[in-house]
Amino acid sequence: MQHTWVILGATSAMARAFARALSEQGHALILAGRDMDDLKTLAADCTLRGASDARALRFDAREAKHDAPIFDALEQAEGTLNAAVFIGSMPEQARIDDNPLLLQGVMQDNFTGPARFLHAFAPMIEARGGGTIVGVGSVAGDRGRVGNYAYGASKSAFHTYLAGLRNRLGRAGGHVITVKPGFVDSAMTWGIKGMFLVAAPATVARDILRAVNKRRNVIYTPGFWRLIMLIIRTIPEPIFKKLSI
Amino acid sequence: MIWNHLTYSGWGRALAVTGDIARPERISALRALPAAPAIGNRRSYGDACINGAGPVIDMTRLDRLLSFDEDTGVLEAEAGVTLGEITRLMAPRGWLLPVLPGTGFATLGGAIAMDVHGKNHHNAGSFGQHVSAIRLMQKGKARQITAKSAPTQMRATIGGLGQTGVIVSARVQMIPVSGETMQVRESRVTGWDEHIALLDASEATYTVGWLDAGARGAALGRGIVEEGEIGPDPARPPRSPHTVPLTAPHWALSKPIVRAFNALYYRRVPAAGRTVTKRLEDYFFPLDKIHDWNRLYGKRGFHQFQCVVPPDKAPALHAMLSRIAESGLASPLAVLKRLGPGRGGMMSFPMEGYTLAVDFPNRARARDLIASLEGDVSEAGGRLYLAKDALAAPDTIRAMYPEHADWAAAAAKADPDGALETDMTRRLALRRT
Repeated sequence: MQHTWVILGATSAMARAFARALSEQGHALILAGRDMDDLKTLAADCTLRGASDARALRFDAREAKHDAPIFDALEQAEGTLNAAVFIGSMPEQARIDDNPLLLQGVMQDNFTGPARFLHAFAPMIEARGGGTIVGVGSVAGDRGRVGNYAYGASKSAFHTYLAGLRNRLGRAGGHVITVKPGFVDSAMTWGIKGMFLVAAPATVARDILRAVNKRRNVIYTPGFWRLIMLIIRTIPEPIFKKLSI
Repeated sequence: MIWNHLTYSGWGRALAVTGDIARPERISALRALPAAPAIGNRRSYGDACINGAGPVIDMTRLDRLLSFDEDTGVLEAEAGVTLGEITRLMAPRGWLLPVLPGTGFATLGGAIAMDVHGKNHHNAGSFGQHVSAIRLMQKGKARQITAKSAPTQMRATIGGLGQTGVIVSARVQMIPVSGETMQVRESRVTGWDEHIALLDASEATYTVGWLDAGARGAALGRGIVEEGEIGPDPARPPRSPHTVPLTAPHWALSKPIVRAFNALYYRRVPAAGRTVTKRLEDYFFPLDKIHDWNRLYGKRGFHQFQCVVPPDKAPALHAMLSRIAESGLASPLAVLKRLGPGRGGMMSFPMEGYTLAVDFPNRARARDLIASLEGDVSEAGGRLYLAKDALAAPDTIRAMYPEHADWAAAAAKADPDGALETDMTRRLALRRT
């Protein structure tokens, strides 16, 4: 069956791979983000790959005023409505240390912006009695580390929000999946030192799609990150606080 | 971040450099970069896709299909999309790229910059001949060129090694096909004369000969000629690919192993020949099922020698093959093919005649042999393929490409500062006008 998916932050490599996988199954797509030229290019690509409809709309995590046209489009769409949130930004921790004002943007991009959208979207899922939300968090949100804890904190907040939303929408037939990717080979990680076991965006997209079909709650992708993060989470705080991993 | 600092090489892995690589995921990011040579999936073997003296731009993330006209069959796509991906997406809809090289990992931009050819070159010509428009990024500005609007730039860009600007996207004329499988007639040929005779006589759309480059004496030139026609059957699901996980030890392709492989490969086809049905991808891209097969040649890598000689110089090619066989250095799966005259650009490889491609592990003896073979090619009025070359000298190449001076002038006009130079253009002094 064909569904409508709204993809926030659709210009990211992971989102592009996910949108393409959905296209090949014939779904309708609303591709939302800030770079309209790039979104239009992606919309053309998705249409040629089999999407029943693909259109580009503006979404800005930091400005709510663009949200309305997306909701209008969703209202008019038939069938199940779904959303996937790939939005996010990761300034270097050192830059935030120099300028704490950057924290606000990090929280907007990774948490409050997506949550603002999803909070308005949730009633649509409840009204239609179904639909899936995919929220892309990060393994960085599982524990605060010295090298990346501002970003980690925003993702952790998003995880908590998604857990609550899952609790809420499950009662109405909807479903929420929290995706925690490890290192993904994208513009965000390109050239950053210390990357290992970097996953291709297409691999992550495939894992997410499988999780959607199986109605999983929380996934790590690639799957081995579940084990890595289990170890990292079990390290006692007195020891962990001395580590720089 | 914008720049990554990596060690990278061409497919042959014999020449490697360490340098900065940008990998833009959108056009706005590409536009913001300084002028630098563009690279794709680095399926050219030598140093055409590496730059030891500056940065490069990896185009593989600019890989969107932009438009397709069902009436005319014209596809427009970004340069980083692979030919295999185009095949996977378009073949089920009844459309195929008119020219496909031996690997589907080659990108659209790379196929244009190398003006690649396929097993149907005798009928269809080269890839660039089917490209109707190219969008080029020159000094941060994109502009579209066609054969009508800029004939010289078009002919300098097709087969132009990326020296006239970064190829951002292109329009290519697809051909309609009636099915998703290939009917392949495989015939054993016991020696050189029979091999050449069958290639000459073949009327098939796709024709290629696999050679046992180790066979000597009367068996010299023995192999299998494959003649393919697209058949009406629907595609079977693909088998999952294998990956060569590690760089192999140097003896992995040693003489006894290669000899055994070639013998098996030859005998696989019964003496009376056979007809098999293959998936399009399995036919066009036979080695793509083994990811990273170049690692089989070990740390030192390998060289592919590919030349073309005019039709009346087949005896010269025979003599070259004879020396290759005597050397015992060749690897499995050498290729012999008849080429037509079709070529799309000033620096395009194809010319009417016979082309021979042989892999050699990267050893001093093999490099010496290749050097002497290059001399034979020059003498026969033939040509070396820049997509494969890593060893030739400047004068050798200039003499083989009669339009070189025109091309160098066009490249100088498009890129006066030489910002797009690669290790290959410097080694061969190609940009010197």
